Amino acid sequence: MTRAVGYAADPRIRFAEWLPWLAAVAGFFLLPEYLPLGARILTYVLFALSLDLILGYAGIITLGHSAFFGLGAYVAGILAAKLGVTDPLLLLLAAACAAGALGIATGAVILRTHGLTQLMLTLAIAAVCLEIAHKATSITGGADGLSGITIAPIFGAFKFDLYGRTAYLWCLALLFAGWWVTRKMIYSPFGATLCGIRENSVRMHAIGVPVYRRLLTAYTISAMLAGLAGALLAETNQFVGLNVLGFEPSGELMVMLILGGVGRLYGAFVGPLVYLIAQDFLAKQFPEYWYFGIGLMLVVVVLFARGGILGIADRIVARARKYV
Amino acid sequence: MSALLETRDLCKSFGALRVAENISFHLEAGARHALIGPNGAGKTTFVNMLTGLLPPSSGLILLGGEDITGLAQAARVKRGIGRTFQINTLFRDMSVLDNVALGVAERRGMAARVWHPASRYHDVREEALGLLETLGLAEDSGKRVVDLPYGKQRLVEIAIALGLKLRVLLLDEPAAGVPALESGMILQVLDRLPGEIAVLIIEHDMDVVFRFAQRITVLVEGTVLCEGTPPEIAGDARVQRVYLGERYG
Amino acid sequence: MEVFLSSLVSVAFHGIAYGMILYVISVGLSVTMGLMGFVNLAHGAFAMAGGYVLTSAISRFGLSFPLALALAFIAVAAASVLLERWLYSRLYDAGELEQVLFTIGLIFMAVAAAQVTFGMLQRPVLLPDYLKGQISVLGRDFPAYRVFLIAVSSAMIAALWFGVERTLWGAMVRAAVDNRAMAQSIGINTRRLFTLTFALGSGLAGLGGALGAEIIAIQPTYPFEHLAYFLIVVAVGGLGSLRGPFAAALLIGVSDTACKYWLPQFGAFFIYVATIFLLLWRPAGLFGRRV
Ligand SMILES: Nc1ncnc2c1ncn2[C@@H]1O[C@H](COP(=O)(O)OP(=O)(O)OP(=O)(O)O)[C@@H](O)[C@H]1O
Ligand SMILES: [Mg+2]
Repeated sequence: MTRAVGYAADPRIRFAEWLPWLAAVAGFFLLPEYLPLGARILTYVLFALSLDLILGYAGIITLGHSAFFGLGAYVAGILAAKLGVTDPLLLLLAAACAAGALGIATGAVILRTHGLTQLMLTLAIAAVCLEIAHKATSITGGADGLSGITIAPIFGAFKFDLYGRTAYLWCLALLFAGWWVTRKMIYSPFGATLCGIRENSVRMHAIGVPVYRRLLTAYTISAMLAGLAGALLAETNQFVGLNVLGFEPSGELMVMLILGGVGRLYGAFVGPLVYLIAQDFLAKQFPEYWYFGIGLMLVVVVLFARGGILGIADRIVARARKYV
Repeated sequence: MSALLETRDLCKSFGALRVAENISFHLEAGARHALIGPNGAGKTTFVNMLTGLLPPSSGLILLGGEDITGLAQAARVKRGIGRTFQINTLFRDMSVLDNVALGVAERRGMAARVWHPASRYHDVREEALGLLETLGLAEDSGKRVVDLPYGKQRLVEIAIALGLKLRVLLLDEPAAGVPALESGMILQVLDRLPGEIAVLIIEHDMDVVFRFAQRITVLVEGTVLCEGTPPEIAGDARVQRVYLGERYG
Repeated sequence: MEVFLSSLVSVAFHGIAYGMILYVISVGLSVTMGLMGFVNLAHGAFAMAGGYVLTSAISRFGLSFPLALALAFIAVAAASVLLERWLYSRLYDAGELEQVLFTIGLIFMAVAAAQVTFGMLQRPVLLPDYLKGQISVLGRDFPAYRVFLIAVSSAMIAALWFGVERTLWGAMVRAAVDNRAMAQSIGINTRRLFTLTFALGSGLAGLGGALGAEIIAIQPTYPFEHLAYFLIVVAVGGLGSLRGPFAAALLIGVSDTACKYWLPQFGAFFIYVATIFLLLWRPAGLFGRRV
């Protein structure tokens, strides 16, 4: 079930693929006091999914994916707080478009380069975004963050409530849509092409694939998804801080994705879930040990468990099958 | 009548090292042409320039009369010139079928479709499977490439290229590294290549060259030493000295 | 005009001092990336470690400043040998992604370890008296510490360049950067060469971190915060080269100081934008040799 892409892959949704959604709906009813955390997790799953598309499938290594997430968050936040645009759907749309535009503009540049230069460029672009958000205080609120965001009811009917019920369901609905689209894409010929580029770009050139153009398409779509996730964060938190931009949030997202398992769609689900829950319980009590722990985890995953949690699960299942 | 593929004064240097010097070369439609020369003569570099993997330092490349010197690799493949690699360059973790289907889909203009699942593109799959069948790889279509014996991996190289429906096929040592037991199947495939494709083959095994080629070009240290029919080449004293000499001398 | 000239000199001076430190810290990164192809994002952690060694050696054990500097170099180099042997060497053949993730993991661990051991606050450096005052050069006063820093860095850089150009080790490094397989086939023990070079590069980072502790403050998030600048030096300078990063470091040191002095409201904005355009213009860096 790993990397089930290509021209012989069965695209039907398997039973196990419904489980996350069942769990999410069950969580809504059973854990009402954790809905704000839940909404956060769902948002980050969408963000991780967007990274998985370019990192896991297309093989683009980026240290600056937060640029799109942050831009989405700030666009939604600024539109709502300063310009009085409060319709949540409109805000999402605007954020996705803005992030997509940044994606196509920066992608056009970075995808022409490789290795250190590419890493450096992604990092520099994210740093520029952070620097702008930091210094343009009159628009972004600078280091104090952007507050005063008011969001109108969704479709004019569902108000964002204090308990975070609406926010949770709103995030769930958008994640579902994002997942649906991403999954479609991964099983499509385009998805197979992306995997081909990751596996062997020399060969892809030699069979006539305009590699750069395909990567740019994927990069732009991924940027839009990330922007969407950022806008969701702004809508549900009604606040945007500098911590959505720069190297650290990009690195943190990478950690989540690697933890879950990169290049396997549901790694983007498992990673943020485990990471954010652990963070919620551990980070407040032992912030240093938390940081140390994720560093250690990353090192261990890279050295011993390259597939992340889902990779380990796969291996356990494979072992068990042998004995049965 | 002009040649299908032509180079004019093609040059390439890596720093001070000149690996191609004024190579002017013709390949006719439907030709069976061999490019031979000692190790390091610049044969692979020549192919790399023809396909656009390396830019030449100077000179022109014409395909069907059109200047393709500045075109990207993908654009050249679309115009019908493509290659296999001396060292396997495959999607190792993908199935044999997908290795071929990726190219077929690209050629048919379907590889960028994002909506329907790839497995829904039956004609792509049928074409790839049909091709694998003609190469005797039908049973292996579902296996990962890494799990195949080396000889069969070399066949996958050829299968991918055939899926591109090329006019000019450049084969860079198709049997390189294949144990003698398995090389028979590669030679069979070479014999059965569609007649309308112009083939340029790089090969060190003289038996293969003389059996396969109608014309031979000898490349030595980046320059064309001579060109002719197999008997002419076999009888050429210079060739015997620089090239055949080291093998048959 | 007089005022402007004076600030120009001052910016140039501080910029050069900053650039020197950036170079001493980053040069090891350039060489290890060029030599081993290893993307070591955790390089800044070695510089931070050097800074902590220096501050603790002075404040806890009462070492003199020069001795503490030497200790920073030795301790960090020694520690890096262990890291290289145990951990880094396992990933020489791994992909770029693995290396990036692994070293990000190391950054996280280093940051946390520094927080636990030294606390969140930045560590003050206890400078000896002779480095506290001003030195007058050509009728102008310059802070003694920065003059000392420029002098020590210049000496280190001269020694390093001499070493690479004139010693057997340097010849082997240059050969291996050019063509690893070829170097191996003529009998160079690349394994040992890597360890030695890695240790030297990390030791220099430790020294740079210690020497520059007054300029780049030593605090736990150091490896995160300054990573971009170290990488810029290497990327703009050109991988595997010695001189490229030197020019890049001075360029960045001076322009960053100038921006912060004259255009503080823009922060590091121009540096990043300039980096982006520079890398667009020359993807392999100013002095890079790769095509
Ligand atoms: N990217 C490169 N940079 C520098 N030198 C190169 C590069 N590629 C090839 N060379 C050199 O160019 C020369 C020609 O190489 P090429 O691979 O074209 O030879 P060849 O004729 O294909 O040899 P073989 O029969 O061994 O395959 C060799 O000396 C090789 O070392
Ligand atoms: Mg060759």
